[in-house]
Amino acid sequence: MELKELYQEIILDHGKNPRNKGQCSGYSHNAQAHNPLCGDKVHIYLKLDNEKKVIDMSFEGEGCAISLASASILTETLKGKDLSFTKKVTEDFLNMVKNKTKITLNSLTEDQITTITSLSGVQQFPMRVKCATMVWHTFLSALDKKN
Amino acid sequence: MDIKNIKSEFPIFKQKINGKPLVYLDSANSSQKPKAVIDRLSNFYETEFSNVGRSVHTLAVKATNRFEATRDMLKRYLNAKHREEIIFTKGATESINLVASSFGEKYINEGDEILTTELEHHSNYVPWHFLRKNKGAVIKFAPINKNGEVEIDEIKKLISDKTKIIAVTHISNVTGAVMPIKKIVDIAKEKNIPVLVDGTQGAPHLEIDMQNLGCDFYAISCHKMYGPNGLGVLYAKKKWLDDLPPYQGGGGMIDDVTKDNITFADAPTKFEAGTMQTAEVVAFAEAINFIEKLGIKNIATHENEILEYGYEKLQKNNSINIIGSPKNRGSVLCFTIKGIHPHDIATILDDEGVAIRAGHHCCQILHDKLGIAATARASIGVYNTKEDIDILCKAIDNCKKIFQI
Repeated sequence: MELKELYQEIILDHGKNPRNKGQCSGYSHNAQAHNPLCGDKVHIYLKLDNEKKVIDMSFEGEGCAISLASASILTETLKGKDLSFTKKVTEDFLNMVKNKTKITLNSLTEDQITTITSLSGVQQFPMRVKCATMVWHTFLSALDKKN
Repeated sequence: MDIKNIKSEFPIFKQKINGKPLVYLDSANSSQKPKAVIDRLSNFYETEFSNVGRSVHTLAVKATNRFEATRDMLKRYLNAKHREEIIFTKGATESINLVASSFGEKYINEGDEILTTELEHHSNYVPWHFLRKNKGAVIKFAPINKNGEVEIDEIKKLISDKTKIIAVTHISNVTGAVMPIKKIVDIAKEKNIPVLVDGTQGAPHLEIDMQNLGCDFYAISCHKMYGPNGLGVLYAKKKWLDDLPPYQGGGGMIDDVTKDNITFADAPTKFEAGTMQTAEVVAFAEAINFIEKLGIKNIATHENEILEYGYEKLQKNNSINIIGSPKNRGSVLCFTIKGIHPHDIATILDDEGVAIRAGHHCCQILHDKLGIAATARASIGVYNTKEDIDILCKAIDNCKKIFQI
């Protein structure tokens, strides 16, 4: 197990200074989740445009560096994107963590791919997988939860 | 056996964790097992196994005798008045559920009060919640003070004419506060209120004398006392066991069964439905043997020395906040590090071979009161040494290095 693969610079940065934290104004959808084993909490807010595009998104929550970084990276990557694209990225992300596949979406920049891939270190830490994946599942359920 | 070299009695310490010697600081969660207990389990299965209390063949008689011998041993160890006062369960959780269910069925009605504290583990809250939900009972929580302990006056204040039972922990698994059980029992006795003690954390570290404590119920988890998993004990005063209805129904616990009516066996059998944990009960005798050979007082002295050493060392570290400062602390050190979540601490410590627990430790009420979502917890067992604490502190330094604080 490689600790430095888990706690990469990108993750520590997002964990310490999470992007898009708070409640975005005029949100249309939201969902929350918590992990009863460790007490991690996350609440996702989405502002969707005619159910086609994520105009704005943010999150509130508390948790470990991995879960905060994952939430931060999710919002940074998916904000402003078409719904179908956000679902594809989520699917790819969950696949990467669970099945160790690579993220190859053409429409993501190299930087974005590097950032998302930084979370793949949890593969080697089975007890920490949920820390990384919970917010992505919460995002998917928020898409179905109109205010 | 020498307490200073007691690690050699525990086979688990022979292995390396992530290439490092195992520093096990998670005994409040579950303790490791000495070889004598492990050997007894396999030896019993190899040579003596049979179900107990049913058949008449040689093995059944042997197994039954061994099983009942542990009950006799516990009667002596706990200083119970009667051997029938020892009930085997699957853990302290089931012990408390048994009391909540059977006592609750008979004595708790709408508006009746169950008095507990903010320190309790979920296992001493959720079973009472069922009575709140199903019968309209009221649960009152005696609050903690700033040291993370519950003062006797807070309990006194909440006792009313409607208080039907007081359910308190012996030692908090978060703040480490040792509760003044004797004093609580004294107050309760004046009003004829029975007292249940969650002894999950108390039994592995303190001398537990039922005549001295005077409580009505005492719940034990054997797996935290160097014994097998999946086994617990409920000590209950005989008058309650004679009086209360059975908890679960099944084989073994009956007296007579017809299509119209069922009568039940006497305690303890009345409360031991179905096939019991035969090998675990037999092997638990070896865990008690182990504790008695060392002496529970010597174990406590040794553990307190390590605990104090750990407290002093962690306290010196400016970025560490130790949770609770009870006058009388037992076996646990919960802490937070500014800027690092407990789960990250636990993962980084594990890389150094140090096993701790992180989370709310099944005490959400307490963590909400303290205003923190999670803590890291190092808990002490008989096998811990000052060197373990030194390794813990070095590993904590590594957390700070990784998180650049």
